[in-house]
Amino acid sequence: MTSSVLTQPVACATPPVQRHESEKPVIRERGQREVFCGLTGIVWLHRKIQDAFFLVVGSRTCAHLIQSAAGVMIFAEPRFGTAIIDERDLAGLADMNEELDRVVTRLLQRRPDIKLLFLVGSCPSEVIKLDLSRAAQRLSRQYMPDVRILNYSGSGIETTFTQGEDACLASLVPELPVEAEEAPASLMVVGSLADVVEDQFRRLFDELGIGPVHFLPPRNSRSLPPVGPNTRYLLAQPFLGDTGRILEDRGAKRLSAPFPLGAEGTTLWLKAAADAVGVDPKHFEKVVAPGQERARVAVERQKEVLGGKSIFFFPDSQLEPPLARFLARELDMKLIEVGTPFLHRQHLERELDLLPRDVQLSEGQDVEKQLDRCRDSNPDLIVCGLGLANPLEAEGRATKWSIELVFTPIQGFEQAGDLAELFARPLVRRTRLEV
Amino acid sequence: MQLTVWTYEGPPHVGAMRIATAMQDVHYVLHAPQGDTYADLLFTMIERRQKRPPVTYTTFQARDLGTDTAELFKSAMAEAYERFKPAAMLVGSSCTAELIQDDPAGLAKALNLPIPVVPLELPSYQRKENWGASETFYHLVRGLAGAKAPEAGWKRPARPEGQRPRCNLLGPTALGFRHRDDITEITRLLTSLGVDVASVAPMDATAADIQNLGDADFNVVLYPEIADTAAKWLQRTFAQPYTKTVPIGVGATRDFIAEVAEITGIDPAAVLAQAPSRLPWYSRSVDSNYLTGKRVFIFGDATHAIAAARIADKEFGFKVVGLGTYSREQARDVRDAAKLYGLEALISDDYLEVEAAIEALEPEMVLGSQMERHIAKRLGIGCAVISAPVHVQDFPARYSPQMGFEGANVIFDTWVHPLMMGLEEHLLGMFREDFEFHGDAQASHLGHGAVKERSDSPEQAFPGEAAVETKTTTTTTEWTAVWVSDAEAELKKIPFFVRGKARKNTELYARENGISPITLETLYDAKAHFGR
Repeated sequence: MTSSVLTQPVACATPPVQRHESEKPVIRERGQREVFCGLTGIVWLHRKIQDAFFLVVGSRTCAHLIQSAAGVMIFAEPRFGTAIIDERDLAGLADMNEELDRVVTRLLQRRPDIKLLFLVGSCPSEVIKLDLSRAAQRLSRQYMPDVRILNYSGSGIETTFTQGEDACLASLVPELPVEAEEAPASLMVVGSLADVVEDQFRRLFDELGIGPVHFLPPRNSRSLPPVGPNTRYLLAQPFLGDTGRILEDRGAKRLSAPFPLGAEGTTLWLKAAADAVGVDPKHFEKVVAPGQERARVAVERQKEVLGGKSIFFFPDSQLEPPLARFLARELDMKLIEVGTPFLHRQHLERELDLLPRDVQLSEGQDVEKQLDRCRDSNPDLIVCGLGLANPLEAEGRATKWSIELVFTPIQGFEQAGDLAELFARPLVRRTRLEV
Repeated sequence: MQLTVWTYEGPPHVGAMRIATAMQDVHYVLHAPQGDTYADLLFTMIERRQKRPPVTYTTFQARDLGTDTAELFKSAMAEAYERFKPAAMLVGSSCTAELIQDDPAGLAKALNLPIPVVPLELPSYQRKENWGASETFYHLVRGLAGAKAPEAGWKRPARPEGQRPRCNLLGPTALGFRHRDDITEITRLLTSLGVDVASVAPMDATAADIQNLGDADFNVVLYPEIADTAAKWLQRTFAQPYTKTVPIGVGATRDFIAEVAEITGIDPAAVLAQAPSRLPWYSRSVDSNYLTGKRVFIFGDATHAIAAARIADKEFGFKVVGLGTYSREQARDVRDAAKLYGLEALISDDYLEVEAAIEALEPEMVLGSQMERHIAKRLGIGCAVISAPVHVQDFPARYSPQMGFEGANVIFDTWVHPLMMGLEEHLLGMFREDFEFHGDAQASHLGHGAVKERSDSPEQAFPGEAAVETKTTTTTTEWTAVWVSDAEAELKKIPFFVRGKARKNTELYARENGISPITLETLYDAKAHFGR
């Protein structure tokens, strides 16, 4: 597959959109979901936006979740915390808004380095209908221009895992400055990427002659990218449904592309940006060729381990369809089931076209039934969350924990080999151990 | 509303999960939104359990709230029963479900399942993990063993002649700090005394084991945080006495043996005479002299903090300078213990408050949880972990109990280890200005001449020392410390980990005596003044 990808289809200017989705109906289930809620996104978002603080307004469970998801207890004072609602708040003995103001005041006094504060809604705050948008407005009046205060919900009743980033970025969009009408066409890359990946893409865009290029979220809250009718946006992550919609409300236009995973995905993703501003196809090929070749060689190395192996995805981050496309097309893996918490058909249109026609997609989850299907199909590798991985390993099954795919830089040409290696490692490990 | 950066304990339903997960055939149906399943990974990742916790989450979403979340609970429970066929079930709410008030107890009852169902009321906005575990264990014991309760006023008949006494070990749970190995150690100890262990609960117990708890002669409470309430009920109901001493440390283990001997009428002399712990001799051997009077700060759950204070004081010869707990339910016990060392206990679940206390006390060692380990690391102080909240490192592959005589050996090694490292750093500090061993020198085994790219000399391990080179440090409106260069140079010869304290004390002494500038004499006068 790899060679054909790199030689022909990307060369044509705008690939004709052909619908050839899977023949199998999507399995839609509800039941117990073994997934994180949207609060978990704070774990990477606070590292990305370096002057932001994330204050969850929630329960002890919320605080415990983020701490557990962060995995290690980071030994500096982190830029996230929880305002824990207690019985006095619920019984009306304390005015919850006054309490929140007090907590925010104490926090901002302690941390003068904070320039952007997110009040993050949780299941309890949503259920008791605590209005965090009004709280954010009220507190903003007090603290602007020193500190900008925004709100979004990361509650489990509304968001699954990566949807927390969607909600966070969506809350940032109304704050973006207006791009001047006469401004030249600009490109906005939307979705958190590791800084190293962002820098690689920026160099490629420069070489291609595409610019200005902005990234959302920015590394610093003082450098919010402008948006307007001349903005074209390119999604770097597949879970940004709301953010995309609100960007379009502000005039931005989405460039349809697969996601930048693997040599093929990265090429087509860059190509979408290049075509939008009419980059000469020959120049495009010249710029991307070295990266493509490095990616191809690096991925090829893992094919020996992964080629022909079957894989089953439990839903986790919405990255599953693009990951499955990469594994099927560049590593010849057999897809048994590709589970995703939510299937955004429009944003994934190009991915769905590239997936094999016989792929079984599933959306939502009833974890017990899905485990039954997984055991029945006996895949060579299972991609799942941390709650399931060790129990499945104890049954003698090889697993890859999905959360690593969110925390590790995997996008772009230079990371394609690393991405393949993440899937190969559990299988290689099993061949090494003799205990 | 409380601002929390890190928490020592999870919510109370996580405590309930620790009970259900410890057991073999109990299933817990938790009314909870999507996301609360994160708690599974505590068990599968931190404790490396090979099975998923036996918990079904109803996973309601925003769109369900207007409709019928109660129906969702009932179908989830019915399906869980069909699939897992447990011997007993627990039902309850997580924090969000508590707000929607669906009454899991009533709904479960309506299902009319042919097994015991124990409803849990765990107020999430008020209580925490250990309380939740304790309450769950109590209700489970009451719900299952209660069926076999004798009439009020029943007297336990004397044990038949020649029959070994039998006890239950109560309190060990999933995700407990060294519970796995404590069970083995205490079972061994009791067996050597001539006592049989009838059941351990909740760890590895079945619902039937819980039902029969009343058959044993007495109970051993290993972790009062978890088992005290249940043990009290068993005492009232089945006239079963229970042990009050937690056998952590040599002295406490001896006391525990005496208590068991008292309850059972067994002669403990033979077991005590074996002197089965190495700690007493190791502590008396001359190379342990350097432990004398080391200032330690202790923080953890009540059981482990109280035990650690006694060991530190009586068995290591340390000086306990701070003692505290995050277990508010056991605050009184910790306050009483603190009085023994002339201290006021720190009762707090605010990590930042604990950090401030450690900073202010400048101990030479911290005995705490993983949270204090991070604080100590940041402050450049040695630390050993004595208590939950647990970390994957607290489930070592090797046998390493905290309880009993082997537990005392483990504790000796664990606590001395960071101090040994401290001693090495001390030597490094002594040779700080040395031509050969200066801070930027590469490790000697890497050959000569090279300078480290990234210096991790002691000064950087101790950020508070950044001001060493300046002539003026403590500045108040009325008084400024000025050091003459001799005194400043002498100060640098003092090992780095006590240098901050020496500087502070000297400046305090100078200020109180109106001395300026600070000379060599002032430095040594202050040393004599504050010397212990």
